[in-house]
Amino acid sequence: MIEITINLNGKKISDRIEADTLLIDFLRSHNCLSVKRGCETTNCGLCTVLMDDTPILSCSMLAARAAGHTVYTLEGLQEEASSFVGFIADQGADQCGFCNPGFVMNTIALLRENPDPTDDEIRAFLAGNLCRCSGYEGQLRGIRNYLNSLKEQ
Amino acid sequence: MEHKEYKSINKSVRKKDAMQLLLGKPVYTEDIVPDNALVVKLLRSPHANAIVKTINTKAAKLVPGVVDVYTWEDVPQSRFTNAGQTYPEPSPYDRLIIDRHVRFSGDVVAIVAAENEKAASKAVSLIKVEYDVLEPVLDFRTAKDNKILVHPEDNWVAPCEVGGSNKRNLVASEENTHGDVDSVMADCDIVLDRTYHMKAYNQAMMETFRTYTTLDRYGRLHVISSTQIVFHVRRILSHALGIPKNMIRVEKPRIGGGFGAKQSAISEVYPAFVTIKTGRPAMIIFTREESQIAGSPRHEMEVRVKLGADKTGKIRVLDLYTLSNSGAYGEHGPTTVGLSGHKSIPMYTGSLEAFRFNFDVVYTNTMAAGAYRGYGATQGIFAVETTVNELAEMLNIDPTEIRNMNMLKEGMIMPAYYNELAAACALDKCLEHCKEMFEWDKKYPVRDMGNGKVRTAGMAMAMQGSSISNVDVGSATVKLTEDGTYMLLIGAADMGTGCDTILAQMVAECMDCSVDDVAVFGADTDASPYDSGSYASSTTYLTGKAVEKACAELKTKMCSIAADILGCDSEEMIFEEGLIRRINTEQTVSMREIGVKAQVSNTKSAESSVSHSSPVSPPPFMVGMVEIELDRLTGEVTIIDYMAVVDCGIPINPALARIQAEGGIVQGIGHTLMENVTNDASGRPIESSFMQYKVPTRLDMGNLKVEFEHSYEPTGPFGAKSIGEIVINTPGPALAHAIYRATGVWHRELPITPEQIAMTKSSKE
Repeated sequence: MIEITINLNGKKISDRIEADTLLIDFLRSHNCLSVKRGCETTNCGLCTVLMDDTPILSCSMLAARAAGHTVYTLEGLQEEASSFVGFIADQGADQCGFCNPGFVMNTIALLRENPDPTDDEIRAFLAGNLCRCSGYEGQLRGIRNYLNSLKEQ
Repeated sequence: MEHKEYKSINKSVRKKDAMQLLLGKPVYTEDIVPDNALVVKLLRSPHANAIVKTINTKAAKLVPGVVDVYTWEDVPQSRFTNAGQTYPEPSPYDRLIIDRHVRFSGDVVAIVAAENEKAASKAVSLIKVEYDVLEPVLDFRTAKDNKILVHPEDNWVAPCEVGGSNKRNLVASEENTHGDVDSVMADCDIVLDRTYHMKAYNQAMMETFRTYTTLDRYGRLHVISSTQIVFHVRRILSHALGIPKNMIRVEKPRIGGGFGAKQSAISEVYPAFVTIKTGRPAMIIFTREESQIAGSPRHEMEVRVKLGADKTGKIRVLDLYTLSNSGAYGEHGPTTVGLSGHKSIPMYTGSLEAFRFNFDVVYTNTMAAGAYRGYGATQGIFAVETTVNELAEMLNIDPTEIRNMNMLKEGMIMPAYYNELAAACALDKCLEHCKEMFEWDKKYPVRDMGNGKVRTAGMAMAMQGSSISNVDVGSATVKLTEDGTYMLLIGAADMGTGCDTILAQMVAECMDCSVDDVAVFGADTDASPYDSGSYASSTTYLTGKAVEKACAELKTKMCSIAADILGCDSEEMIFEEGLIRRINTEQTVSMREIGVKAQVSNTKSAESSVSHSSPVSPPPFMVGMVEIELDRLTGEVTIIDYMAVVDCGIPINPALARIQAEGGIVQGIGHTLMENVTNDASGRPIESSFMQYKVPTRLDMGNLKVEFEHSYEPTGPFGAKSIGEIVINTPGPALAHAIYRATGVWHRELPITPEQIAMTKSSKE
């Protein structure tokens, strides 16, 4: 067992964990249930969280490696997500929802890095976020409508 | 018949659960399992066909935290099926919870229950099994009457007569003929005889199979599962465990996708067995690998099409033989195969003089197949549409023109579709609309881009059904509350499709209230009215009609309660603009007053529960067109545009209908260009993770555009038909067509990978 401290969603938390605990399991055990496991092989993007503002796949990182770092899950970014997810909802592109948290987290990372992306930049940045329901086009329309709404303001 | 102007129907309302889902709230099975639940893990056979000679669980049971380990000796010995279908099930009873005879690489050998995942995994690795390894049947073309039997056992049972025999490796077999096929064929100018092959694609829904079970406060088995079929799961568990149905409660939370995978009880039986044995809560979460190698994929099919036509392009006769691979168990085997003919041949009703459709469904020692969006129609449509495209290319007739000459039109009787009337069919309009939107005349010619790449286009038509006629039951309970809002209880399962919302839109339309005034609950076998579940493109059409009927009945009841309030006869009352009015007076009673009255000194319930079943299964129709750019050197196919026009009657929620279509098209693109399911020589699956099983990303699909043509289906709610399944059917034939245009080669096996395109070309040159 090792003891780690992580700044999780703006709060310092300390815990004793097995050395081989994956970050996704650590996060889920600390009530960050938005973090989903979709593939176990870093192919689907469902477990995306932000570590020191960078999107990472929490299924393939040891919790111990996050020690001393700042981690945000969707639980900690509700307000920022709320600013644009309604536009996805208006397209019906949420669908089953299981990929939504990872997709929303990576979209947050995209918009922080590039507040005015082109369609191709959106596709490229989010390419690692699989969605089996929507066919992706509705997610793109949602993000585009959000960006257009900012310009209209 | 024209559609009326509606307040809530044909409106793009947000899904009721949208913000919960988009903000990551804990609404899925794994999110609501308590910490004290046992973790259930399965030991799976590495062999495709073997008998468990000895199994030693001693060391496994000694692992700290392990509660118990179960083997074939511990489970009930009566056979059941995992397929979620209406009773009596067409699928054979060929499963045990654990069978001593393991029949595919991935079949279950032992169940481990432990306090935590680590202990469970360790125990699985410590179980010692000695197998008597048998030769497997892996090629489905050699399975029928093979000397190796997948199911040699004597207690194999087929509850329905579907032409199967376990002594012949046969799950089902049938022959259908209409007209004099052979003499029409002999009289044709052109006969194309072609064979097509589609693989056992995985649904690859983002949430793998998972189930949580516990005993409720009455000691009943309470099952919370990611399922499309709560009532069928209750029956399947009752059969498998030998306990009465009223001692089982099955509910679904939100579901992370299904696409038919969760129309079979793939994961439910294992934790349920553990909970019954131990009395403790238990959960199983399938890994992605387990979902890939032991799920319930599409039936691999080989479809032989003989098409007879005259030289003007008139299609006179179709003769189909489908060989379907059900894998190690027969789930959905007898039923999926039927759609390969019943949902391809009728599209050419306009000109067909005769048709034949025969099939065999066989057992092999590979992963058992199940239900997957399209359910056999996808395979049949790939075969028939590709053959029709080939005919058009051969005769140098525009493929849209050859469709116009031969296609089904509204008002025709469809002999290949149970003699049903095409009461609502805008297939011709879909074709015209799509052709114009896509700019077919511009994109169809092969254009050399001057850089080793060519651009061209392909097309296909499709149909499906809306529910299983004379079988499926959809039900709805609508209740008025005392503040005048409504509750809608359903047994259909919203798996992301948005059916909770569209059914609420129907209540809102009927009761003249806002969609926000309708709360939806489902699905739970204790609380929901009986519903077959969400599959077979049935929910909008069938459960929707039940909603419409329940609302009508509720209005009558409310009129009666309102009459009591006013002290008059209920015949004098009518429902009007969300109020009950006394005819020819200004006297009205509000919903709120009725809701309150229903709870005070009242003998009339302000709720209605109605079931509905349909004698017909009206087909939705669709046309899809794709423009590709093909690299002649590497064989790489890039999709530029995919456009489609769908006739689903009327889309109840156009945004959600459009997303269904877009999502289905991208799944179809995946099947056609990249997804594959193969086994090694010993029968072990190759594509066991997303590393090998390539699901399309957002870089793989080009621009999608979907529009609608309306028709009016008189038996559907507000004229609606289905949309969920048809949308996966056009990419296979449309892409194969475009690839032929670019290369001169017809690829009749999917997927068509760059390697295959490049290799086939070079072998020709």
